[in-house]
Amino acid sequence: MSALASGSTAMGQATAAGPSYTAPTTVDDVIAAMATGSRVVAGGTDLVVGSRQGRWPVPEHLVAIHRVNSLRGIRPVVDGGLWLGATATHGEIAEDATIRERYTALADASSIVGSRATRNVGTLGGNIANASPAAETSGPLMCFGATCMLESRNGRRELPLDELFSGPGRTVAAMDELLVSVSLPAQPAGTGSCYARLEYRRQMEIAVVGATAVVTLDGGQITAARVAITSLAPTVRRVPEAEAALIGSTGDRAAAERAGEAAAAASLPIDDVRAAADYRRAMAAVITRRVVQAAVDRARGETVSIPASASLHGAL
Amino acid sequence: MKYSATLRVNGFSYPVTIEPQRTLLSVLRDDLELTGSKEGCDDSECGACMVLLDGEPVNSCSYLALQTLGREITTVEGLSTNGDLSPLQKAFLEAGGVQCGFCTPGMLISATALLARNPRPDDEEIKASLSGNLCRCTGYTPILAAVRSAVEMTAG
Repeated sequence: MSALASGSTAMGQATAAGPSYTAPTTVDDVIAAMATGSRVVAGGTDLVVGSRQGRWPVPEHLVAIHRVNSLRGIRPVVDGGLWLGATATHGEIAEDATIRERYTALADASSIVGSRATRNVGTLGGNIANASPAAETSGPLMCFGATCMLESRNGRRELPLDELFSGPGRTVAAMDELLVSVSLPAQPAGTGSCYARLEYRRQMEIAVVGATAVVTLDGGQITAARVAITSLAPTVRRVPEAEAALIGSTGDRAAAERAGEAAAAASLPIDDVRAAADYRRAMAAVITRRVVQAAVDRARGETVSIPASASLHGAL
Repeated sequence: MKYSATLRVNGFSYPVTIEPQRTLLSVLRDDLELTGSKEGCDDSECGACMVLLDGEPVNSCSYLALQTLGREITTVEGLSTNGDLSPLQKAFLEAGGVQCGFCTPGMLISATALLARNPRPDDEEIKASLSGNLCRCTGYTPILAAVRSAVEMTAG
């Protein structure tokens, strides 16, 4: 235990052998604890809830990262991009002015995670590292070209987010690697974006089907397009065929429908309590079409409310 | 291994000795005997366990108790002052916003946080702020009326 203790005043005082807990204030101390088998907890909204639902026990050895200042915050970087610390909360992301203006799909996503109580403590890093095929933020992050920084005692490595996920609940990160931050590159002028999900209720919901579109308009034509699907495959993933269907078009309804058909064709949905696979595949086309149209509207400077989900239902 | 720590709840200090896997809800209810916060779904979906952590609502059934060290927790027991109910609590009673009562502590916590950051919310803002709190007595209409009434009482 002494190796893990940071000597801080907010640490509990250990009284007997067994489970362990530490709440250090530096990344070095966090990765030292991870190197000896401790598991990371931030807001607990996946880790602890999973244990209550019987999916896994709360890990015996815990390192809490909520006190590490260098993992916090959202900051513009010199090349026009954005840096997000792993413990940036969904509430902070949803209200960040830069994200709402330039990375709007990410604000759409974070603003519909759980309820306000979830968003107060639930973190971006947790949403990514949990690797759910239904994770709201992963599609927007992938489409904006996000990279994530992993750190362990062996050093740091940066990899594109779309190379991180290896299956439902699985990533290529090693057990002792901490997700430190996420970086988003600058987006070209004329870019608009949208994330929306099919939902049965507005809050405390998990995406039945989700889709992200990021489009860049130049002279009335789409010159760059990124599309991702959520809750439709073993991992959140991009759909190059849908992107190809948009490039060179004006972003009209016919192009949006072609993108939707491509997203449906690329889907590998499952049957579960929230929807049948056939329904998910059919709705993949609809939700993808809607997010493409909303992203095009935003690229043209038109207002689509954040989050987009509610306003798009039946509206397009 | 158990950890000795001091939790700050409703302005009081409570020494506890707990395992690190313990949730804030279980420590509040079983160790501190503050049973106002309820265990509803235990999956952080229903909001019956909601407390304020440094003034913001958190589902205490999925938050580890040791992570609250150095921070201020407010439970429903802390909303009254010397036995006098808050204007919001009185409004819940007067509007019939309490039926079985199980969701009431979480509703009060969410609404208290709303009024602290926005003393004059409109109906949509009230509904959005309460959307993490489920009521199974179909009592949402009087709950909404109670919050609206508290707004009128306190914001003038």
